[in-house]
Amino acid sequence: MEQKNKTTGKVAGIIANLVIIEVDGPVAQNEICFIKHQETDLMAEVIKILGDSAYVQVFESTRGLKIGTEAHFEGHMLEVTLGPGILSRNYDGLQNNLDTMEGVFLKRGDYTDPLNRETLWDFKPLAKEGDTLIAGGWLGEVNENEMPHKIMVPFKFEGSYTLKSIVKEGQYKVDDQIAVLVDSKGNDVSVTMVQKWPVKMAVRAYAEKPRPFKPLETGVRVIDTLNPIAEGGTGFIPGPFGTGKTVLQHAISKQAEADIVVIAACGERANEVVEIFTEFPELDDPRTGRKLMERTTIIANTSNMPVAAREASVYTAMAIGEYYRAMGLRVLLMADSTSRWAQALREMSNRLEELPGQDAFPMDLSAIISNFYSRAGYVYLNNGETGSITFIGTVSPAGGNLKEPVTESTRKAARCFYGLSQARADSKRYPAIDSIDSYSKYLEYPEVQKYYSENVSDTWLEKVIIAKDILLRGKEAHEQINILGDDGVLISFHERFWNSELIDFVILQQDAFDSIDSSTSIERQEYMLAKVLDVTEKEFDFKHFEDVQTFFKNIINLFKQMNYSDFKSDKFKKYEVELEELYSKHLKN
Amino acid sequence: MEKQAFQKVYAKITNITKATVQLKAQGVGYDEIAMVHGRLGQVVKIIGENVTLQVFSGTEGIPTNAEVIFMGHPPRLKVSDQLAGRFFNAYGEPIDGGPEVEGEIRDIGSPSVNPVRRAQPSQLIATGIAGIDLNNSLVTGQKIPFFADPDQPYNQVMANVALRAEADKIILGGMGLSNDDYLFFKNVFDNAGALDRIISFVNTTENPPVERLLVPDMALTAAEYFAVDKNEKVLVLLTDMTLFADALSIVSNRMDQIPSKDSMPGSLYSDLARIYEKAVQFPSGGSITIIAVTTLSGGDITHAIPDNTGYITEGQLFLRRDTDIGKVIVDPFRSLSRLKQLVIGTQTRPDHPQVMNAAIRLYADAANAKTKMENGFDLTDYDERTMVFAKEYSDKLLAIDVNVDTEVMLDISWKLFQDNFTKAEVGIKQEFMDKHWKKE
Repeated sequence: MEQKNKTTGKVAGIIANLVIIEVDGPVAQNEICFIKHQETDLMAEVIKILGDSAYVQVFESTRGLKIGTEAHFEGHMLEVTLGPGILSRNYDGLQNNLDTMEGVFLKRGDYTDPLNRETLWDFKPLAKEGDTLIAGGWLGEVNENEMPHKIMVPFKFEGSYTLKSIVKEGQYKVDDQIAVLVDSKGNDVSVTMVQKWPVKMAVRAYAEKPRPFKPLETGVRVIDTLNPIAEGGTGFIPGPFGTGKTVLQHAISKQAEADIVVIAACGERANEVVEIFTEFPELDDPRTGRKLMERTTIIANTSNMPVAAREASVYTAMAIGEYYRAMGLRVLLMADSTSRWAQALREMSNRLEELPGQDAFPMDLSAIISNFYSRAGYVYLNNGETGSITFIGTVSPAGGNLKEPVTESTRKAARCFYGLSQARADSKRYPAIDSIDSYSKYLEYPEVQKYYSENVSDTWLEKVIIAKDILLRGKEAHEQINILGDDGVLISFHERFWNSELIDFVILQQDAFDSIDSSTSIERQEYMLAKVLDVTEKEFDFKHFEDVQTFFKNIINLFKQMNYSDFKSDKFKKYEVELEELYSKHLKN
Repeated sequence: MEKQAFQKVYAKITNITKATVQLKAQGVGYDEIAMVHGRLGQVVKIIGENVTLQVFSGTEGIPTNAEVIFMGHPPRLKVSDQLAGRFFNAYGEPIDGGPEVEGEIRDIGSPSVNPVRRAQPSQLIATGIAGIDLNNSLVTGQKIPFFADPDQPYNQVMANVALRAEADKIILGGMGLSNDDYLFFKNVFDNAGALDRIISFVNTTENPPVERLLVPDMALTAAEYFAVDKNEKVLVLLTDMTLFADALSIVSNRMDQIPSKDSMPGSLYSDLARIYEKAVQFPSGGSITIIAVTTLSGGDITHAIPDNTGYITEGQLFLRRDTDIGKVIVDPFRSLSRLKQLVIGTQTRPDHPQVMNAAIRLYADAANAKTKMENGFDLTDYDERTMVFAKEYSDKLLAIDVNVDTEVMLDISWKLFQDNFTKAEVGIKQEFMDKHWKKE
């Protein structure tokens, strides 16, 4: 796509951020162009071509733009710049470094470099001269915030190459030549530590993409215990506003077992991004003992930033994720919220006067979403190492209606569904994931089941299923009680209901703002689940339904105190003893 | 908006619709304003030489040979300290009979704040209303609407909040405000002796609806002046945002755009976000806090306007008439302030979060008990006690006429707990129990 003579054009029409440009040469779909408005260049992307008219979506406000303004086409699609120094950065949707921008307000056409070109990196070669390498092959390594950042053969390179020379261990800047490769035709190609990649294309620098087989620990009990997500898996969290989507997403990104966290704040509240900016640099990373921010990259396109860049932001995040996955790292990618991205597509489709699908969304919405989710996954790299991108997106269904197009399309693409329930949120039962409606397809994977029996315990899955049954039976019992009245049903109905409440209060509900309760290790989850199920299996002698209520409330209270105590600490054990004393008093002889 | 030298004047309009006119013109910038037959218009579409203008006050009576003068800039406001205490219309022109404001000219609808230049909202705004301070504390830099039925006293509550909050400036953006409500605000602010820190931009029901579209941007441009240039704490009141959104749908409809849900434009989310996201806390201490009103039709929050608003704002406040006590209360179930976590328990007493949650849980139990009673079932002793608690809680804390300090609210809550429940039923962390549960 590189052309010698760049195509130019002139603005011929303006409708909000949709601009029509009359061009004098070839243009490509999704090609990037710059419109020269007064002294600033406004970046835009081609989204439709009709004859000599290129329809472009401008990533900035078009205020003041005039007919006849010149535009230059760049000959490539929207690209990310990949190299050491991405971690702990705050980017906008187009990968501009937000921290190096001047002033309080975002200025149009203020495009900043994603990387620091002056930083010296300690480079260590991994490949030897004479090695045969293909795209994604590891040439060397630098230490990026204690992460082994691999310098690779650029993803754009096709075919195989022979390494002619590579620099010695030492300090280099990102733009320094670190290797020379020879292609199949015998031409020398210079390689630096920086490469570019078009965001809308999937990086395919891996050998194989197996089915995910390993659960990813998130520390959130209702996920890990009942509906686990797999490493390299996909999940989505739909929920009406106010049901705690963002709190849940933040909790997962803080705690999940990942090397790299990429957060795409897509069309959401600026204050939520500020919360990440403020908290993550302070939070200790339990895995490395360093700060969480050091392994996190944030792509922030908040709801008041230009709409077209919102669409780009999720792709930018995914491409960065793929880059780190190719280094053999475990990446957790969070997008909040994919509905805003879909709305950006809708706004543009509307301006293009395309025939709309349901709720005025574009017809190919479902295909676009599936395609995006399919870029996540667990991979075996060409050198036998493994890497993964686990992707969790939130969906903000209009009116809380889960039948709307974005939720429906995402349901087809994602393997885990964590439905947030308004009723649970209203009664402050957080996280408000409805454990009965939610599902994880991974629980059905034999690979995952095998992993559990080998690594957690061989009775684990059995217990999970029992817990799910108790929840379901409890819900039914509750409905019966509501219809027939407290004394219109057998005491066993009350027991059934309170058994499910016990699981709800002790396992499902979790205090994201408590330093201990917020994150639970799988070991502790296994212990607590066994403990709770133990109570549900006991037979008690209740004379009256009110006894059931009082008894379980006391039990729950003690369990909660346990949740608030360090695992197996003296305090924890003290409550455990109290608990056993309490229920042994009520045991049926 | 006077004529100036060297402005191109056109006098041939080709198309006229209810809200737009189209003409052939050159050198016109997007978003630029123009005077069309003496009325203000704004460029919304340019295709080649054809320029489409949206005329804010409607096109009634505009002839095809009307004079069109392009001003060469987007809508603007003059900002300076002289704004304080004044009343303006949607165009920023004084309506209080006072002189023109002198000051720096600023374009309205300016760019957003770079998110990395924001500070985390951290300053509690005390209102004395327990339904807000105890359960849904507000924080500077927050944006939160009242979701209210048209017959609820939302403007009164909002005026109370505005006056009790320690803001340096209060900016009222009134959209489709009835003349009575406009005078209500004027009187309340006047009687409180607060007029000199109040600035109002008002579009009443007597003015054309599309003019309303300018009101939030005018109010927020003024707010940004005081928050950024003067480092002041600014509180912006926007009422009623539903009427603003209705004006958006009128315009998009007349521009032949394909409507999405509830005949609202597909860009509704972005349009509302652009306004609400102006709420900000600056590291320098200046802040803009937005309290808005979104009226509901029949309490339906799934309608596109409240629904999109809910996804943008940091919570929402619901008012409800509690028939048991005959007062309007702040509904503890449906109301939510997302930023309360940043201040409760740290800027307020440490037991605040747990007391708040326990009280709401018990209040929910009372609601269940009430349903049981209405369905003719026997109540347990616990049910009876929750209902006693709920009534007291509603009356002493949730009612909008409450005006006490947060510490007092917490003490009242503890007393209600102790009067009605056992420790296990309340279920609060032991350390707080030890401290606040009075020994028998």
